[in-house]
Amino acid sequence: MAHRIERVVGRACVLRGHDIDTDRILPARFLRSITFDGLGEHAFKDDRAQAKGDHPLDDERFAGANVLLVGLNFGCGSSREHAPQSLMRCGFEAFVGGSFAEIFAGNCTALGLPCLVLEMRDLDTLMNAVDARPEQQVVVDVRARTVTCDVGTFPATIPEGTREQLLEGSWHGTAVLLEVGEEIERTAARLPYVSGFREADR
Amino acid sequence: MSGRSLLDKVWDAHTVRELPSGQTQLFIGLHLIHEVTSPQAFAMLQEMEARVRFPERTFATVDHIIPTHNQERPLADGLAEEMMVALEENTRAAGIHLFDAKSGHQGIVHVIGPELGLTQPGMTIACGDSHTSTHGAFGAVAFGIGTSQVRDVLASQCLALARPRTRRIDVTGKLAAGVYAKDVILAIIRRLGVKGGVGFAYEYAGPVIEALSMEERLTVCNMSIEGGARCGYVNPDDTTIDYLRGRPYAPEGDAFERATRWWRSVASDADAAYADRVELAGDRIAPSVTWGINPGQSVAVDERLPLPGELPDDERSAAEEAYGYMGLRPGEPLTGTAVDVCFIGSCTNGRISDLREAARVARTGRVAAGVKALVVPGSQAVARQAEEEGLPEVFRSAGFEWREPGCSMCLAMNPDKLVGRELCASSSNRNFKGRQGSPTGRTLLMSPAMVAAAALRGAVADVREVL
Repeated sequence: MAHRIERVVGRACVLRGHDIDTDRILPARFLRSITFDGLGEHAFKDDRAQAKGDHPLDDERFAGANVLLVGLNFGCGSSREHAPQSLMRCGFEAFVGGSFAEIFAGNCTALGLPCLVLEMRDLDTLMNAVDARPEQQVVVDVRARTVTCDVGTFPATIPEGTREQLLEGSWHGTAVLLEVGEEIERTAARLPYVSGFREADR
Repeated sequence: MSGRSLLDKVWDAHTVRELPSGQTQLFIGLHLIHEVTSPQAFAMLQEMEARVRFPERTFATVDHIIPTHNQERPLADGLAEEMMVALEENTRAAGIHLFDAKSGHQGIVHVIGPELGLTQPGMTIACGDSHTSTHGAFGAVAFGIGTSQVRDVLASQCLALARPRTRRIDVTGKLAAGVYAKDVILAIIRRLGVKGGVGFAYEYAGPVIEALSMEERLTVCNMSIEGGARCGYVNPDDTTIDYLRGRPYAPEGDAFERATRWWRSVASDADAAYADRVELAGDRIAPSVTWGINPGQSVAVDERLPLPGELPDDERSAAEEAYGYMGLRPGEPLTGTAVDVCFIGSCTNGRISDLREAARVARTGRVAAGVKALVVPGSQAVARQAEEEGLPEVFRSAGFEWREPGCSMCLAMNPDKLVGRELCASSSNRNFKGRQGSPTGRTLLMSPAMVAAAALRGAVADVREVL
């Protein structure tokens, strides 16, 4: 079992915009490696270069933030786990947004990084509050399903199964999947294609 | 009580147990791996001192990093060579079959699975690549996963997942000449949006889908993920079964007949219940081109580009960002927009029928001066078939480059990249910022025949005027 993740407490960074894809989070050329080492320094590499220092990840006011606030459909596109790996390696421990692409959210869960969804109105309020006073404390509460900052506490959603995995510390999936032992082989044996559609399977 | 959908039947058949979290522990019937997202998974497995539980249910190939000019070993790019070696060592140690360049069966993972008959109806299929949805064309439940999940499948042949809801998408009527499967899926994504499919599996049906060949269905299912749907599928029918007969990994003889009965039985029941239903008029789909930075931003080739002011509120800022990046003008059609590069290939459109359609266009002229045009077959088998039909010569004599198989300029992890702000007419699947290898490069997605037409014209052209 991995450790239980109930809350992430810290400061937030505001990254506005919708449909930010994993090619932007981590351009494909940084996937040419057999490890995830060093990916932290390449997060949003091309967006940051084009913003010439005016990117939220280069904004001094957000330095040291461990919660990333994002828009709708964050992490769409490629399944590359390298994307959340790079964000984790540059210090982010939780994401709060309008919505998340499914594969990205699954990858985050596998890394123990909660992704919480807020109503758009609340997300705007939270982003504006953090933008105005980046030093304030932000609390991402997985158990309570809330996100709290100076101006209030907002109700958040997270798929129940994912929440359970984080709270129980079962987000590192392999051990849980192996618990059932031979039941995996029994399931396989019931599938006609696994045994090559032998006569006896009918 | 209503009937069950294919998604429900396949899901139930592969359920090992319901997990305490409420998710399903799902058995994965076919696991495909490649050089980019697997090496870290093997390293994690080693760290856990776990073994590969069902090595015979995983197959490997090399596609993302492989050069299309010179595939001789060692590869010129040291990092690519290192990934290649890791894949060879990991698969050898685990007893996993690798289709490498020497095998004669190497190619893009989503091209070789189907052509080898590895991909079959009723299976659950996972691969560390978002375009795994492609395999749903056979009536499989197929989806992309990340590297930690690749580790899980290697160790247990299972994944912990929440069951998606199912949206049935009926495409009615008949497609007009010059309109392809690519145009169908671009129209679906334009209608439902790039996030409309999150949490859903898409079931594609209706007369247009039923009339598509297997290769065309692969194109449609391939881009499910671009609409936010992690998996998309077509119910298996005669087309599916005819395609599978005689494939290297398909069952043979009596076993094939038994397989056929099972495959048909997993198709959605006529009275299956769906969480949502959508209908599109196939007759009204035109050759389509994307103009923005996500695959939902497309228009018919002769339609004027939307004015940001006339778009719904939630699409306006994305449109403005897209226009800023692409340098295109709202209110004008894309026809006549000059292109620098033309790319035919990818897991979306790198199959033999795609190359045949592009070659039909290529026969009518020559690549315009100053345009770089390349054709990258999806696999070695596709390349062999193309050679048998004389297609490389057709392309070469028209001024296209004919390359070796791989993912190539779809995501530019190999040496095939855009330079600077080059504009590329591309048969691939993503028009994201920087996707094709240059941080400022620009992509227009369209069918392979449309890409060929753009190559000859040196500008976006309506393929209906060429054919």
